[in-house]
Amino acid sequence: MDNICLEDQETIREFLVESYENLTRLDQDLVELEKRPQDVALLGNIFRTIHTIKGACGFLAFSTLESITHQAESLLSQLREGKRSLTPALVSLILETVDATRKVLGTIEASGTEGSITFVDLTERLRIAAELKVDLESQLPPCVSTAPECTPEPAVDKNSAASQESEQPVKAENVVDAKNPEEKWEGTERRKQSAPKDEDVERSSAAADSNIRVGVGLLDKLMDLVGELVLTRNQILQFNTEREDAALNATSQRLNLITTELQEGVMKTRMQPIGVVWNKLPRVVRDMAVALGKQIRLEMDGAETELDRTIIEAIKDPLMHLVRNSCDHGIETAEVRLAAGKPAQGLLTLRAYHEGGQVNIEIGDDGAGIDVDRVKQKAVENGLLRPEQADKLSDREALSLIFEPGFSLAKTVTNISGRGVGMDVVKSHIEKIGGVVDVFSRPGEGATVKIRIPLTLAIIPGLVIMSGGERFVIPQVSLLELIRIEGDSAGKHIEYVHGTPVYRRRGSLLPITYLNQVLGLKSADGAEAVSMVVLQAEDQQFGLVVDGINDTQEIVVKPLGKQLKGLTLYAGATIMGDGRVALILDVLGIGQRSGVFGESREQARVADKQKVQSEIEQQRLLLFRSGSFDRLAVPLSLVARLEEFPRSAIEHAGGGQVVQYRNRILPLVSLRAVLEPGAHSQSQLADPVQVVVFNDGDRSIGMVVDQILDVAEEAVTVRQKSNRKGLLGSAVVGKRVTDFLDLNEVIRASEGNWDKKADGQGNTKKILVADASSFSRGMIRSGLDMAGYIVLEAANLDEAIRVLEKQPLDGVVAALDFPPNGSSALLAAIRRRPEWEKIPVMAVVDASDHVLASAVRSAGFQDCQSKIDSAAILESLAHLVSAANTAGMVSECVGEKG
Amino acid sequence: MTTAKAEAAQTSGQFSTFFVADLFFGVDVLHVQEVLRSQQMTSVPQAPGVIEGLINLRGQIVTAIDMRRRLGLPQRAGGQSPMNMVVRTVDGAVSLLVDEIGDVLDMDSATYERPPQNLDPAAKELIRGVYKLKDKLLLVLDEERTVDLAVGKAA
Repeated sequence: MDNICLEDQETIREFLVESYENLTRLDQDLVELEKRPQDVALLGNIFRTIHTIKGACGFLAFSTLESITHQAESLLSQLREGKRSLTPALVSLILETVDATRKVLGTIEASGTEGSITFVDLTERLRIAAELKVDLESQLPPCVSTAPECTPEPAVDKNSAASQESEQPVKAENVVDAKNPEEKWEGTERRKQSAPKDEDVERSSAAADSNIRVGVGLLDKLMDLVGELVLTRNQILQFNTEREDAALNATSQRLNLITTELQEGVMKTRMQPIGVVWNKLPRVVRDMAVALGKQIRLEMDGAETELDRTIIEAIKDPLMHLVRNSCDHGIETAEVRLAAGKPAQGLLTLRAYHEGGQVNIEIGDDGAGIDVDRVKQKAVENGLLRPEQADKLSDREALSLIFEPGFSLAKTVTNISGRGVGMDVVKSHIEKIGGVVDVFSRPGEGATVKIRIPLTLAIIPGLVIMSGGERFVIPQVSLLELIRIEGDSAGKHIEYVHGTPVYRRRGSLLPITYLNQVLGLKSADGAEAVSMVVLQAEDQQFGLVVDGINDTQEIVVKPLGKQLKGLTLYAGATIMGDGRVALILDVLGIGQRSGVFGESREQARVADKQKVQSEIEQQRLLLFRSGSFDRLAVPLSLVARLEEFPRSAIEHAGGGQVVQYRNRILPLVSLRAVLEPGAHSQSQLADPVQVVVFNDGDRSIGMVVDQILDVAEEAVTVRQKSNRKGLLGSAVVGKRVTDFLDLNEVIRASEGNWDKKADGQGNTKKILVADASSFSRGMIRSGLDMAGYIVLEAANLDEAIRVLEKQPLDGVVAALDFPPNGSSALLAAIRRRPEWEKIPVMAVVDASDHVLASAVRSAGFQDCQSKIDSAAILESLAHLVSAANTAGMVSECVGEKG
Repeated sequence: MTTAKAEAAQTSGQFSTFFVADLFFGVDVLHVQEVLRSQQMTSVPQAPGVIEGLINLRGQIVTAIDMRRRLGLPQRAGGQSPMNMVVRTVDGAVSLLVDEIGDVLDMDSATYERPPQNLDPAAKELIRGVYKLKDKLLLVLDEERTVDLAVGKAA
């Protein structure tokens, strides 16, 4: 019995329950039929009932039952066709069949097998009655059950054959058992022999007595009502706390207890073991294995793990898909496995277990695992990624690509898989019910897909928070932690990356959003402390600042009306203890709406990239302070020197401030005036004045700052783009948030007192900087600006072409990962036009790219430099531009001569 | 005219009436679930403007639509609390916030007419027709279109 797999157990149980019901009805119908022998409809009913049982027996390989019912069926069919009339003897015979059937069912229930009684006599009589059409009246024996005829041999054979048949594909690991049927069935046989003797009809129908069938609709209704009751209970409890009435108190306590128990009970009625879904899988795996010519063993652990039926429904298809995937892509053929030193038989494991109020389901195989490189390659082929992006992906990121729509790793499209529809659907299905899918792979050892889903959807624990005077509920599942920043430190702990609030949580920056702002509510003034909930959705974390945190509650999720379906901010609504409605926040929606999400994903990617880079090369930065900007940075490579001048040395010339410096006039630009126009005042300047001097050739400019802080040789870890004038963006330098200065803006501000012509430099060469990242563009641009180039920018190919078409250019600096198709596409576009043919194009790469300069040059680029090495870029560009000019002049001369 | 008559035949019967500003409306009485006094309202931030909020109708969460805003009429005077006319629609119950509830009236199809063509666009989509009463006009509200916020948006 233990060896009979869950599938059979479940099916047999259903069969038993159903058959008992049918038999009971049959008894009534037959008695009724005796009274009204002409009732064709009734006869039809009886026929159908017997037929149903026969069909099920045949399916489950209960041959004894099948033969009995088969004979009864033929008899009934004659009756139905009017070939003979119903006699009491016939009715008795059929009733006897019913009894016999019930007896066998009892044996099946007790032992899982049909038992040894074969009812040969009964079958024979039925057969004779049907075939010979003999009037049984005279020769009918009394209506008692026939003596058991013990024919153990055939029974054993049949049973073991039947069971083996249903088992083998399922649990092929039971090789010992399968080879030794005698040993396995010995115990069963003993039970078999004793079973019929002491088994009486009443006891045998225990399965029917202890089970009733209830419509799912009724269960759902009950669940709804319990939800209402929970809410009413909450209201009573709240009401109770407001008064001091001992009797009410006692009653409400009792109501509380009963409601909780009732809630649990009703929830349980909706719970089903996950085995219900798994039952179908052995067959699927077996068929797949045969079809694919593989040997696959399926092991299932935790089939008894229970889940709400709505969730069971929802995971059915995804599970099936994942199992098929594992069979098809994961597990290799026997030859391949043997060659890899693995057993010929592949192992597919399904595991389900409860953990932290959630259910974990793992689908694992010991196959080849997922080839990360192939995933990347496929992603590039399918156009999901650009080659350069693919190189930068971590293994985990790459693995998550398999959930992208339209992605398939299958080399060939089969009827099993390979059409590229599936994993994305799996993911969306799981996420729809609040679950999470993860995939893990160990190359050569196998892959595991892990699904985490909530136990139930109807009643969930939630955190009640306040915002703008309204209550909202956050599902506990998305909640990571609560942070309260007390008193004075409140403001200080939330830092601003150029207006965007962030919080330093255990060393890493957590983006923050204010619920009041997201929802457009009034914010509470003068809060002493800041309450923040740290939320997670889709691998992303963010802090949500709320006005207050109340408590956690079991809430009943109710859907919102159609009019509000479009709002992604809410997952639903619930009714609180005081009877008022509170909205349930959709964490994902809040994150997306506030922008914390979409960007931080990009940011995380950039951060990853930067981390790699920082390991290889660290950037030297000059850190300084100006006005309300506590920490600003410029690349040290652009700084000529740092100087201090007494304030009295500052003179006014040409409407701007200048200072005499090394026998020249150095124009000064106050950084405050650039970054915070209006707030600037001379008197605020420190004495001596600290100046950062930038120069290139003969040109120089001094930037007045409040204080030089440091030179950091730090890895820049997190970068965030900025839209503020004068700033490129922000990054964490030396564990503090630092704004990067846009030198271009500083120079532009100084243009009033910077006479280029007077400097005699007059470099009017136009350079296009093509890079998707405005941060990178800014960095490159700063260097070029300093050198006096006129810099034009483009973020993508279209923009670049537009810029090129507008004016003649002297050079192009293109990032290797220039969108959409890399810088080669830009190069090709430029070279295609004869008028642009001579424009030198230089590639710039991230230090982490590990691109060989020679390889880039061979691709047609004139040169290749690292993005952050501005000196090298300048030198190379100067060389290229002058070379191109010379060549151009030569060709012009030649043209004139010709 | 024949089509108007056919329409009238469909729309004749009993109407649950209410006032929004100075307009007199009627909804098919069979579509009205109940009428309630002003309820505690939970506002829904970022929701479309016509949605006043959510009310708890014996455990059922019902969206309340402000009829004044839906019809493009001026705001209700302060202190005047609206009545809830809960109508059954294909998508469940929805509460229409109206100024005042009137009687249930029997309408004769002979007095029915289609709404004038030059009706305010905000109201045109929502008003099915007009019954000419002795002293005033009864506007027949199409509750399905009223609760479908996509209707009338383009206008």
